[in-house]
Amino acid sequence: MGLIEVGIAGVKALAVLLMVLNLSAILLWVERKGSALIQDRIGANRANILGIMPFNLGFINTLIADPLKLLTKEDVVPKGADKFLHFLAPFMAVFPVLVTFAAVPFGDQLVIGDTVINLQVADLDIGILYVLAMSSLAVYGVVLGGWASNSRWSLLGGIRGSAQMISYEIAMGLALIGVIMTFGTLDLQAIARAQGHHFFGVIPAWGIIYQPLGFLIFLIAGIAESKRVPFDLPEGESELISGYFTEYSGMKQAAFMLSDFAESVVVAGLATTLFFGAWQVPFLFRDGFHFPGGAIVALPHLLIVVMQILSFTIKVFVLCLFQILVRWTLPRYRYDQVMDLGWKYLLPLALANMLVTGVAIVLLG
Amino acid sequence: MLSQYIGVVITFALGAVIVLGMVSGSMIFGARSTSRRADKDEVFECGNPSSGPARGRFSVHFYLVAILFIVFDVEVVFMYPWAIVFRQLGVPGLVEMLTFVAILGFGLAYVWKRGALAWD
Amino acid sequence: MGTILFLVLAVLTIAAALGVILHPNPVKSALFLIVTLFLLAVVFVLLEAHMIAALQIIVYAGAIMVLFLFVIMLLNLQIDDPDRGRRQVVLRGLAWLGGIILAVELALLVRGGPAGNPAAAPAGYGGALAVAQSLYTDFLLPFELTSILLLVAVVGAVVLAQKQRRPTIS
Repeated sequence: MGLIEVGIAGVKALAVLLMVLNLSAILLWVERKGSALIQDRIGANRANILGIMPFNLGFINTLIADPLKLLTKEDVVPKGADKFLHFLAPFMAVFPVLVTFAAVPFGDQLVIGDTVINLQVADLDIGILYVLAMSSLAVYGVVLGGWASNSRWSLLGGIRGSAQMISYEIAMGLALIGVIMTFGTLDLQAIARAQGHHFFGVIPAWGIIYQPLGFLIFLIAGIAESKRVPFDLPEGESELISGYFTEYSGMKQAAFMLSDFAESVVVAGLATTLFFGAWQVPFLFRDGFHFPGGAIVALPHLLIVVMQILSFTIKVFVLCLFQILVRWTLPRYRYDQVMDLGWKYLLPLALANMLVTGVAIVLLG
Repeated sequence: MLSQYIGVVITFALGAVIVLGMVSGSMIFGARSTSRRADKDEVFECGNPSSGPARGRFSVHFYLVAILFIVFDVEVVFMYPWAIVFRQLGVPGLVEMLTFVAILGFGLAYVWKRGALAWD
Repeated sequence: MGTILFLVLAVLTIAAALGVILHPNPVKSALFLIVTLFLLAVVFVLLEAHMIAALQIIVYAGAIMVLFLFVIMLLNLQIDDPDRGRRQVVLRGLAWLGGIILAVELALLVRGGPAGNPAAAPAGYGGALAVAQSLYTDFLLPFELTSILLLVAVVGAVVLAQKQRRPTIS
């Protein structure tokens, strides 16, 4: 284990963390502008630097102005709250979600001279289980946030939220069984590489072709896990004020908001890896494009790597956009409907999906 | 094999630093109110005076959900290794898992029938 | 390198375990238990048992501890429970008894353990594939019996939780 390898791993880790954070921040702005677009409003348009900018740079200004505003807010800890747990809760909400991305491959491999760099922070042979294990820890941010605040709204939101998160974790795990059966591995990079060929030479062999129902269940369970509309009961502004982070202000509150968006990014990242060919670009192989009909366009190695990373990022972003679109389209469920959907519909459906997959694999060989 | 986990360790360290910095940001740079009003750190209950302690007892239903979650989580956990070797096991493997799922499916049916999944 | 890592982890794990029993606040005790279970998972990684490490976090740290926290929060035990003093004496006695039995068992186990270095395990013995291959062939019966155990757990939970509510339902 040389120092160089540790350095490379560090650079990859930093790149992935920054990617998740930046995507989350961009999503925050896209959500504000996108919701305005959907609701026929103008949306965030006041951010300007001391009024000297000739026009509203919106996006960049909001990226700077929002965090600055939150950073300078007073940090209020309510009376009777447990100070340490009040601090720990936002940490536990964001941290497990951020580190999840360590096992998700964002590209194939980069070859510099003799060194082959696998474009994935940690090439774990239990990749899917690592992702599930880390995301299963995110529930403590919600539970502790609700408990530490010593507020009844917070506690209600925390209990509701954790019950909802664990209910959908089952459906999410079961939806992934079909994918694992199809590819026969838990290694996310191996799954990504297995999606590189094409059916009949034209249709990319992405996971969604094998597992359409699995993808649907995974996406619904994923949106429910990240507690976003139509599953935002734990926050439910109209009844619980802000749910488990009612008593938070400043950057701690921002951390809870960020964890929502980061979870969306993680759900999109995992869906991309398992169902949409990860970093694969249709017809692009390690030496260039191989179009159906035999046309081959050779490309330099670096360009291919960049295209693959771009492909992954764009797919993740589109899936995030889809989640925002869902959020601003559907009304909120009632709590009993949320629990019913998880236990009475998605769970049996995921079991059925697994059995059908099993029978299909046995029949088709 | 352990070298795989170097990346995980580094990600944990970097992630911890970033998130710690973020969460403690307002405690360091945030404004501090000079004239403290007595009700400033009162718990928010829509402007009403707080009515009694916050940590009351909860519906047993949540406990039931947590128990069911553990049971089915263990079930799913058994399926991951099974799914990897499914192609090697073939039809006997399918039958094995069918038996396993059928017994637990019986449990799910029982819970459902007893109304433990119903929220009223 | 491996030994040093293990020793550091062992000390941390024991410290966290001590936190579980010594901390007066039940919620923080539960948090210490989560830390202990997480550190145990890291020990499993050091032993190259990657599969067990991941399952350890998913099942113990991610599922069972949620139930622990739920129970602590649901019951919301108050200090002014009149029966508390009397019950605590009995419980303490039982805990000491159980602890002593466990310590004796462990001492006997360590004394009767294999002498010298056991044969090196084959490569990848703790990976997902190896675990799966032996679980669904050599250990098929225990695997199937687990489902019955889980079934009993489900039925028991429902019966316990709905005991009081039964008259109102029928």
